[in-house]
Amino acid sequence: MEKILEGKAFVLGNNIDTDQIIPAEHLVYSLSDPEEKKMYGKYALSSVPMEKSGLPNGGIKYVEAEKFDTEFPIIIGGANFGCGSSREHAPFALQIAGAKVIVAESYARIFFRNAVDGGFVIPYESVEKLNDKIKTGDEVKIDLEKNILLNVTTNEEYKLKPLGDILPILEAGNLFEYARQTDMIA
Amino acid sequence: MGMTIVQKILAKATEQASVKVGDVVEPRVDVAMSHENAALVINQFLDVYSGTGLEPNVWDPSKIAIIFDHRVPAESSKTASNHKKIREFVTAQGITKFHDIRGDEGGICHQILPENGYIRPGYVVVGTDSHTTTHGALGAFSFGIGATEMASVWTLGTVLNVEVPGTIKVIINGELSEYVSPKDIILHLIGKISAQGANFKVIEFHGDTVKNMSTSGRLVLSNMSVEAGATAGIVPADEETLRYLREVAGVTDEIEFVLPDADAAYEQIVEIDASKLTSQIACPHTVDNVKPIEAVEGIKINQIVIGSCTNGRLDDLEIAANILRGKKVAHETRMLIFPASWKIYKEALNQGYIMDFISAGAVVMNPGCGCCLGVHQGALGDKEISLSTTNRNFKGRQGNPNADVYLCSPAVAAASAITGVITNPSKGVN
Repeated sequence: MEKILEGKAFVLGNNIDTDQIIPAEHLVYSLSDPEEKKMYGKYALSSVPMEKSGLPNGGIKYVEAEKFDTEFPIIIGGANFGCGSSREHAPFALQIAGAKVIVAESYARIFFRNAVDGGFVIPYESVEKLNDKIKTGDEVKIDLEKNILLNVTTNEEYKLKPLGDILPILEAGNLFEYARQTDMIA
Repeated sequence: MGMTIVQKILAKATEQASVKVGDVVEPRVDVAMSHENAALVINQFLDVYSGTGLEPNVWDPSKIAIIFDHRVPAESSKTASNHKKIREFVTAQGITKFHDIRGDEGGICHQILPENGYIRPGYVVVGTDSHTTTHGALGAFSFGIGATEMASVWTLGTVLNVEVPGTIKVIINGELSEYVSPKDIILHLIGKISAQGANFKVIEFHGDTVKNMSTSGRLVLSNMSVEAGATAGIVPADEETLRYLREVAGVTDEIEFVLPDADAAYEQIVEIDASKLTSQIACPHTVDNVKPIEAVEGIKINQIVIGSCTNGRLDDLEIAANILRGKKVAHETRMLIFPASWKIYKEALNQGYIMDFISAGAVVMNPGCGCCLGVHQGALGDKEISLSTTNRNFKGRQGNPNADVYLCSPAVAAASAITGVITNPSKGVN
C-alpha cells in the first residue's frame, strides 16, 4: 500500500447510492475483456445529478465525455456513501476510473466491505464533515501512516479515522491475498 | 451482561461461549445465496484456484443457493450467456439449491429461500444482494456481501473479518388500522432514523405488533432494514416462525431457536406506536424521504407496480385484488404486477386474484425482480412517475434518471391504480 496519495479532489454530497455510482444498465460489461472493462470507468458516478456532481458548484462530470478515466483520484463524500445495492461494480467502477481513495463522513456497510475486499479503493472516514470545506479541483494529499488529509490548495489539515480492522486486508491487497497470507487458502 | 440475537448467533457460529460488539470473527455459513451475479462470483472463485494446481471445488454444494431472478427471462444475449455459464457451474459443482427460470420452482431469491425451508432460526446467511436482510424475519443473521467476499465463502465456508455489530432494538406496539401494513411501519421507521440510521448495526424487531404479524409481514420489515443502513434486521423466532416453517416451507426436521438474552445490551431503543400510523410514502429520491400519505395525495401516477422481494407475496396480492375486484385501472395509468414466486403466482391464480387483476386492466408479469432494478420489464418515460411497492426510489432506479419513483404499500398502490393519483385507501375507493 502506498504511504502517500495525492491528486485533485472531487466533492460529493450525502447518500451517494450505488445507482448513482454505476447504474444497473451498465452492469453488463465483461470484466475479462479489457475494452469492455474500461466502460465501467466511463460510467463511474455518471448518474449523480449534475447540480450535485463536483461540489460546491456542481456541473462537473467525474469522467468527461469520451474519456474512460478521471482527473480526480480523491473523492470527498458526505454521509452514507455507497448506500444501496451489493454490486461490487460500484467500488470497482471507481477504481477503473482512477479513484484511489474516498474520504467520507460515513459509509453503507456493503459498499465499504466491497471496496476493501476487492482492494478497489481505500474508504477513509473523516473525523469532521469535509465536503463543505474542500472544493472540487483542490489539490489534496493523504498521509496513510499519519491518517491526515492536507488540502494543499488551502494549506488546511484534517484528521482521518484510522483504518482499523480492515487495514490488514488493504495492506495485503485484497481479501484473497489476506487469506493467503494468513494461510487460510492455498 | 447478556447477548443480543446477533451476538448469540455469531457466538454459536464461531463455537465461542460469547462474543462482544466490535470483536472481529469468522463465522461458518449455513446458506450462501447468489442470483445472476453468481457469474461474477464464479470468475473470482476460479481466480483463487488458478495457478495453484488445486481442483476448484466449493466448500459445500448443498449450502450454496443460486436463484435466477434479476433478469428473467434474459433481456439480452449477454444475460443469457451469463445464465448459461452459471448453469454449467451449478451442474459441475453439484449445487442443489438452484432455481432456474421455471414455473415449477422459480421466483425472487428472497421469496425462494424462505418458502423452500432453506432458512432456519439461528442460521448465518450471506447473499450477494443487499436485500439479503429479508431472511432475518425467520430469526437468522442474514446479510448482504459482495462477489469477492462470496468467492471466499465458497472457498472456505466462513465469512472473513466480520465485525460483531451493535444492535438497535425497535419495539412496535399497537394494532394497525385497516389498509395500514408492515410496509408502512418500515417506511415510517426509515424516515424516523434515516437512510444511515442503522449503518453497520443490526435491527432487532420486538413488540406486540411484530408478535401478531405473519411471517409474510415480518419479511417486509427485515427486507427494508437495509434501507436504514442495517447490516441485518432480525425478528426473534417464535410460534409464528415455527408455523411458517412447518406449514408453508414444509420443514419436517428439528428446529432450534436462537433468541436474545433478556438482559442484552442495546445501543439504541426506538419505539413505534403502530396504531397511530396512516399509510406512508417514500418520496423521490431517497428511501428516508418518507411522508404520511396525506402530504402527497393527488399526485398523478403513470405506472403502478406491485411486486418485488418486498411486497409480492400472497397477502399483498390479496389486499390488492380485494381493492381492484370489479374496478378498472385508470386510463393513462398502467399497472404491472410481479408475484414474488411462481408458487405465489399459482396460489393467486387459484384464489382468482390474477383474473381480478387482468380484468381490471393490470398486466401480470412473470415472477422476478422486474422493473425494480431498471433494466427491463417496465421502464419509465421522461418525467413519468411510478408508484411502487418495491424498496428503492433512487434516481434512475426504474430505468430512467428523468423519472420519479414513490414507494408505498400494496393497498395504496391498488387504490391509486383506480384513481390514477396517489390515493389513501382508508378513505374508501369508489
